[in-house]
Amino acid sequence: MEFSVNHPILFIMVAALILVVLAQSVYFLVRAYRRALQIGMQKSSLKKTIISSALFTIAPAISILVGVVALSKSLGLPIPWLRLSIIGSLSYETIAAGNTLNELGTEMGKQITSASAFVTVAWVMTLGIIVGLFLTPLLAKKIQKGMKKIENMDKKWSEIFTNAMFLGMISAFLGYVFWDFSSVFSGKTSALIPVLVMAVSAVIMLVCGLCAKVFKIKWITDYALPISLVGGMAAAIPITNWLG
Amino acid sequence: MKNEMTYLESVHRDGRIWGYTLFVLILAFPLILCLIFGAVPEWSAMARALLSVLPMYWAVGIIEIFTYIPMLGAGGSYLSFVTGNISNLKLPCALDAMEKANVKANSEEGEIISTIAIAVSSIVTTFIIIVGVVLIQVSNLGAVLEAEVLKPAFDQLLPALFGGLAVVFVSKNFKLAIAPLILMLALFIFTPLTSGEVGIMAPVGVLFTLGIARILYKKGVI
Repeated sequence: MEFSVNHPILFIMVAALILVVLAQSVYFLVRAYRRALQIGMQKSSLKKTIISSALFTIAPAISILVGVVALSKSLGLPIPWLRLSIIGSLSYETIAAGNTLNELGTEMGKQITSASAFVTVAWVMTLGIIVGLFLTPLLAKKIQKGMKKIENMDKKWSEIFTNAMFLGMISAFLGYVFWDFSSVFSGKTSALIPVLVMAVSAVIMLVCGLCAKVFKIKWITDYALPISLVGGMAAAIPITNWLG
Repeated sequence: MKNEMTYLESVHRDGRIWGYTLFVLILAFPLILCLIFGAVPEWSAMARALLSVLPMYWAVGIIEIFTYIPMLGAGGSYLSFVTGNISNLKLPCALDAMEKANVKANSEEGEIISTIAIAVSSIVTTFIIIVGVVLIQVSNLGAVLEAEVLKPAFDQLLPALFGGLAVVFVSKNFKLAIAPLILMLALFIFTPLTSGEVGIMAPVGVLFTLGIARILYKKGVI
């Protein structure tokens, strides 16, 4: 078959694979929902979870789409579409594809013209992310059993344990916001951009919390995270124009 | 009791079936590409590229399994490790959902809420990307998404996400949060760590906070 990075057969293959992944999500969603009703959880609270998760996902999903567009210049649309819908993240896929393109003697942004270069990139991107896919079914049950063991020994500690994990991860991302901070002292004001964006998002979250408490606007808390996310992203535009 | 066992057990059973099926399908994808285009990879370029990405990504992948599975719950893990974007989307989504629903991560309710949040998030992401891919083909959406005006917004997704999330979690666990926050700020400000290293620093933060939590718990502070 004659090769093209945007060959219709590629779209069909990718669509088929994504459909299977979609089916998995739907399957687990239905299972969890049914179980929730079975153990007496409120329908209204499940509905809230569904709506706020969906709203929260919109902005990050669009940013993933931006990644698809960026990668599509060298790889065509189907492969980035697949790679960013399944596992992977933009930072990983960009490095994996970029390194392979360099080894092939070409570069990011230039469209691939040979089938062998194309399959080389596809193999590297696939093999790079395969480890999580292989190990999760192998280890998830054991790891969860370990967590259960901790819980059975000491219930309070087990709660602190999961909270500590969450906080540890969040701290790392807060630290990351300051990664270039030291260069502010040498006059690079753009290093302040992520710090200010984070501050704006945090303030919006605080205001939402206040609104809920003081004015009894309860629905705000349900959507506080999507509101602070989009608010922070919107603020990034003027902040970057100012400091960038 | 038996009924309670059944749900979690069946999540693991089904998760494994889905997981291995997808593992085979995803691995088969590049193989089928080779077959339909009658092409073989450029072996030496492939070997060099693999050498440059595999050690790092496999190591991070293994660490991620142990860090994220306890936080995501069973159903959430099987979904997240297939659909990806865990730290920048799935995990924050699940955390926020459990917080709002007022359920504990280690309870069955927590397991269910986390699974629902992550499943919905995966489905919505998939749909948005499908619609996007179609629109890119038939309109100038691609150019719009890449517009210079919007670029800063997408560049600052993570700070905008974690600012709000931190307020919720740090305010609820203030004593426990101080030490890891100071450590991570110090590490990122005073060492040459770059933005790309946050994937490795997340597990470091988790381990450190667990250690601190144990000490504070033993001393009765928390």
